[in-house]
Amino acid sequence: MTFYDLIWLVPVFPLIGAAFNGLVSNRLGLPKTVTHTVALLGAGAAWLWGWAAVVQWMLTEDTHRPYVVEVFSWIQGGELAIYGGRVVPLEVAASFQIDALSAVMLGFVTFVGFLIHLYSVGYMHSESDRAYARFFSYLNLFMFAMLTLVTGSNLPVLFVGWEGVGLCSYLLIGFYFEKDWCAAAGMKAFIVNRIGDFGFLLAIFFAFFYFGTLEFAGLHEAMAAHHGVPAAAATIIGVLLFVGAMGKSAQIPLYVWLPDAMAGPTPVSALIHAATMVTAGVYMVARCNFFYQLSPTAMLTVAVVGGATAVFSATIGLVQNDIKKVLAYSTVSQLGYMFLAAGVGAYIAAIFHVVTHAFFKACLFLGSGSVIHACGGEQDMRKMGGLRKHMPTTFWTFVAATVAIAGIPPLAGFVSKDMILAKAFEAGLTDLNGYGTVYFLLWGLGLAGAALTAFYMFRLVYMTFFGSFRGGEEAEHHLHESPWTMTLPLQVLAVLSIVGGLLIGFPGQLFHLEGWSLIERFMAPVVLGHGEHGHHAVSFALEWGLVVVSVAAAVAGILVARRFYRLDPSFAKPRALAERFPFAYRLLLNKYWVDELYDATVISGTVKGSRLLWEVDARVVDGAVNGAAHSTVGSSFLSGVFDLKVVDGGVNLVARIYDVASRAFRRLQVGYAQGYAMVMVFGAAVLLGVFYLIKL
Amino acid sequence: MDFQYGWLLNLICYLPLAGALLMMFFINKENAGALKGFATVVAGVDFVLSIPLWFLYRPDGPEFQFATRFDWIPSVGVQYIFGVDGFAVLLILLTTLLGFIAVYSSFTAITERQKEYYIFLLLLQTGMLGVFCSLDFILFYVFWEVMLVPMYFLIGVWGGPRRLYAAIKFFLYTLVGSVLMLVGILALYFFNAGGLAAVGLEGLGNEATFSITHLYTIATQIPPEMQFWVFLAFFVGFAIKVPMFPFHTWLPDAHVEAPTAGSVILAAVLLKMGTYGFVRFSLPILPDATVEAVGWVGVLAIIAIVYGALVAMAQKDMKKLVAYSSVSHMGFVMLGMFALNEAGLRGSILQMLNHGVSTGALFLLVGIVYERRHNRMIAEYGGIAKVMPLYATFFMIMTMSSIGLPTLNGFIGEFTILIGAFHHSWVWALFGASGIVLGAAYMLWLYQRVFFGELTNEKNKALPDLNLREQWTLIPLIVVAFWIGLYPKPFFDRMAPSVDRVLERVVAARPDLDTGAARVAEIAHAPAAEPAGEHGE
Repeated sequence: MTFYDLIWLVPVFPLIGAAFNGLVSNRLGLPKTVTHTVALLGAGAAWLWGWAAVVQWMLTEDTHRPYVVEVFSWIQGGELAIYGGRVVPLEVAASFQIDALSAVMLGFVTFVGFLIHLYSVGYMHSESDRAYARFFSYLNLFMFAMLTLVTGSNLPVLFVGWEGVGLCSYLLIGFYFEKDWCAAAGMKAFIVNRIGDFGFLLAIFFAFFYFGTLEFAGLHEAMAAHHGVPAAAATIIGVLLFVGAMGKSAQIPLYVWLPDAMAGPTPVSALIHAATMVTAGVYMVARCNFFYQLSPTAMLTVAVVGGATAVFSATIGLVQNDIKKVLAYSTVSQLGYMFLAAGVGAYIAAIFHVVTHAFFKACLFLGSGSVIHACGGEQDMRKMGGLRKHMPTTFWTFVAATVAIAGIPPLAGFVSKDMILAKAFEAGLTDLNGYGTVYFLLWGLGLAGAALTAFYMFRLVYMTFFGSFRGGEEAEHHLHESPWTMTLPLQVLAVLSIVGGLLIGFPGQLFHLEGWSLIERFMAPVVLGHGEHGHHAVSFALEWGLVVVSVAAAVAGILVARRFYRLDPSFAKPRALAERFPFAYRLLLNKYWVDELYDATVISGTVKGSRLLWEVDARVVDGAVNGAAHSTVGSSFLSGVFDLKVVDGGVNLVARIYDVASRAFRRLQVGYAQGYAMVMVFGAAVLLGVFYLIKL
Repeated sequence: MDFQYGWLLNLICYLPLAGALLMMFFINKENAGALKGFATVVAGVDFVLSIPLWFLYRPDGPEFQFATRFDWIPSVGVQYIFGVDGFAVLLILLTTLLGFIAVYSSFTAITERQKEYYIFLLLLQTGMLGVFCSLDFILFYVFWEVMLVPMYFLIGVWGGPRRLYAAIKFFLYTLVGSVLMLVGILALYFFNAGGLAAVGLEGLGNEATFSITHLYTIATQIPPEMQFWVFLAFFVGFAIKVPMFPFHTWLPDAHVEAPTAGSVILAAVLLKMGTYGFVRFSLPILPDATVEAVGWVGVLAIIAIVYGALVAMAQKDMKKLVAYSSVSHMGFVMLGMFALNEAGLRGSILQMLNHGVSTGALFLLVGIVYERRHNRMIAEYGGIAKVMPLYATFFMIMTMSSIGLPTLNGFIGEFTILIGAFHHSWVWALFGASGIVLGAAYMLWLYQRVFFGELTNEKNKALPDLNLREQWTLIPLIVVAFWIGLYPKPFFDRMAPSVDRVLERVVAARPDLDTGAARVAEIAHAPAAEPAGEHGE
């Protein structure tokens, strides 16, 4: 037995935890210690088993090939005639795989997931026992779904995880379901994601139609062989898959659910809406890179949407006052960078940024949770300030993560973001797929986004931790550092935010040390055609030039933030700026009114349309039925009248005639024999007369 | 035809009838406890007896099993033929399970005329089982009509305020359909035998019979024009039952007015009669007309999916919402069936079971709060997850099952249906998949309005959570939902040979059957910028 042969146990461990806490702890209201022990055991077992499996796999198997474990046959759809007239059985197996990409994802998801479970023990301690059990049950269930997502070896199993994480996200955003806006945010998340899933499902259908398999290995092979499948197939599938990714990973135009998702408890924001689930779209694009590699259009779509989202949401982040909203828009923006990377073919850089982002953004969210915890639930940064004195650990970890996301070398965010920008620039330089100009432009956007990121992150730090406290004396009294369960994860993540980048993705090209980037070497086999093209169109000097430019952009952002929010505690400058450009300020503050736009068009359109159809159904469709009934009743009434007056009337008329006639004849029936005899004689005479006449 | 264990099938079919008769004569109508207990035992035993069918059914071929056959009215060729194939056996299990749950769930909901109520429920069950067992057209028709009567009374006597309107509408509407169906049956009968001179119908001159298996064998000899008319007659009969757009308006009324158990049976089993009729008769006996009708049926199914979902969204009454969701779900069943490929038809049959389980459970769930509050309006609720957490959990699971969350049953059905539909025409899949988005929207919106938010309505503050009996009416359905979602193989295995046989019959008549493969290929060669070009074929 090997750990990696039982890779499917990794998602199963937290599932057991979820089942226990959901069915037993929650029902019986078991004490919190039991609940979180079970939950931590579930997440911890997944972590240990996952890492053990990865290490063992690396030591014993060929890491260039995915190692697939089929657990059971899941869906048997029968035979279908696919493209080119081949008849192929639709068999979907519940099967799991380890390859470099899954290993990387597995590595950080189990690890960060465990840390956030630990953090939640402290953060959620004031909930009731049952709510606490419910929370940990959902959190474990999320781990199950996320781990299924990253280890599934085919599109439908990935989809299981994909929808599963969506469900958990829905449940956890709406964790405080008594609050209408929390419940509404959860519903919004689920439905917007479903729009993306619509694309994902169609992509699955197209993939099966063209290739007759849904296994990643099979699809990879088929795309590598280019056997007679039209070029448009890759584009169709790639773009449709990306529609799914837009939903899950909050890209334009489906990003609107993520900022609202901050209604969930903060550990949830950290785990699901920053570190893991929202990066599932990036994972999926990287996993299906073989489609994109062969479709310039799909690649360009990914890059453009990613680049646009990166800057668009960064601009919104500039003016938000809710600490979690700033981080939410920052997440959207960082996800944009990841897609920008994928869109220039730098899938490894994208995944690298997924990992480093998981470190620093989880740290930031958990740090914000620690802050909110201390401020008694307050999330408005205008009512914070000066917290560094009260919460030293939170402060330093938060600053470390902020420096990382701002892109200051040599921290994690710098290393991965610089790799992305360099790749985008390189795509422009080499005129990738003939879209060089667009890629140059996207690089420019990325650079601008980097400056904006540095600004809004330092604005956040200055407003929260520096200056003096603005939340009133009573609140200040309550300020405290969080318990160790909360600060330990912060410290671990902060250290990783500092050194994690260099550790796993050392930028060797800057030091003539190519091949020192572990992640690049490790993941190379995952990407179709990786290493085929002559690498490094960018010269050594230019490489350093790009570093200098991007660091300069970050430093500029930081300096402006410092001038605005550190040196002047009254924030007069930004206020003056907002007053000078009121429209621009309101535009950003109100998030470009995109939510309002959707409300006014898609949502109210659907709701009004549904009401209209309901009217149609009741009046026209059912009206026809009732009309038919009424006309039947009506005509039966008429025929009833006819029956009564004409048919029955006729009968009665006949009867009446007889009645009248019989009255006349009754006179004859008087009972005297003579009378009868006389009638007989007369009758006989008449008959004889008639007879005689006829005879004549 | 395999006659082994034929007695078991007959026993299962007539046990409820026997129970109803015993109840009628031997149990005092005042003795409510005995009535409930006896009805529950009968329905329970019936379900237990049907379990061996699951194991005894040999999924190695399309042959009808557990068969019985003897002459009934030999002078006109009416026989008594019972027997089941892969999908009938699954529907029988669905019926016995739901039949039991319907009885078990009525204990506190029905307080008046209990004796008659349980008698009618049991009679209904025999009727439904008979429909799935019959392999002779006249026998089938008898059961088909027998079914109507108890349902009519269940709605008309124990229903809501507009029960008479709903019951009469239900009865007359379905009767119109079944009369047309009878005309179709007779046309086939005369065509097979000596023809009917009065209408200028020439017959094949075979021995007169209503045997369905015999009619299968003459399918290729039926001229297309005649197929068209018979298909049309059947179509009206079955489409009303399904119900397909635009024949669906009896359904919301019937559901809203029917007592909970009536709704459960109506949704879970009665609607399947229509789709079952299509698979059992229309497809294999009238293959030519079926292939010709694919385009139209597809369009109607897509309209049902989208339209049903949108109208569901506008509902203010929970039961009506679930009723319209049925229209949408049954649209999926029809779409998969008329894709005329293995995935589509398998998915279609699985989705019949899924709809029975999920929608049946949803009606049970709505009934549970209705019993407590005597109100089904969504606006009356809100925030009840706080007082009824277990109820909220069960409702959530069935909601997820209904909207096709993977690992639950709905997903497997919808996935196979849509992939089958895709291989007929990608446009079908495009519109069909949009139903998945809308489904999530109306169900989650319902859930949010009923369960989430603040508990403001005073009347809801003391609502008791599910009692043990209520839990046990739902737990079997939840188990089945997970079973099908996680491991549908036993279900697919049982239906597969029968599904293949139906398709073989269609293909035998129409070897040119367009699987849609060529059409999807066209768009790939066309400029990629035109994904929505081939709208509405």
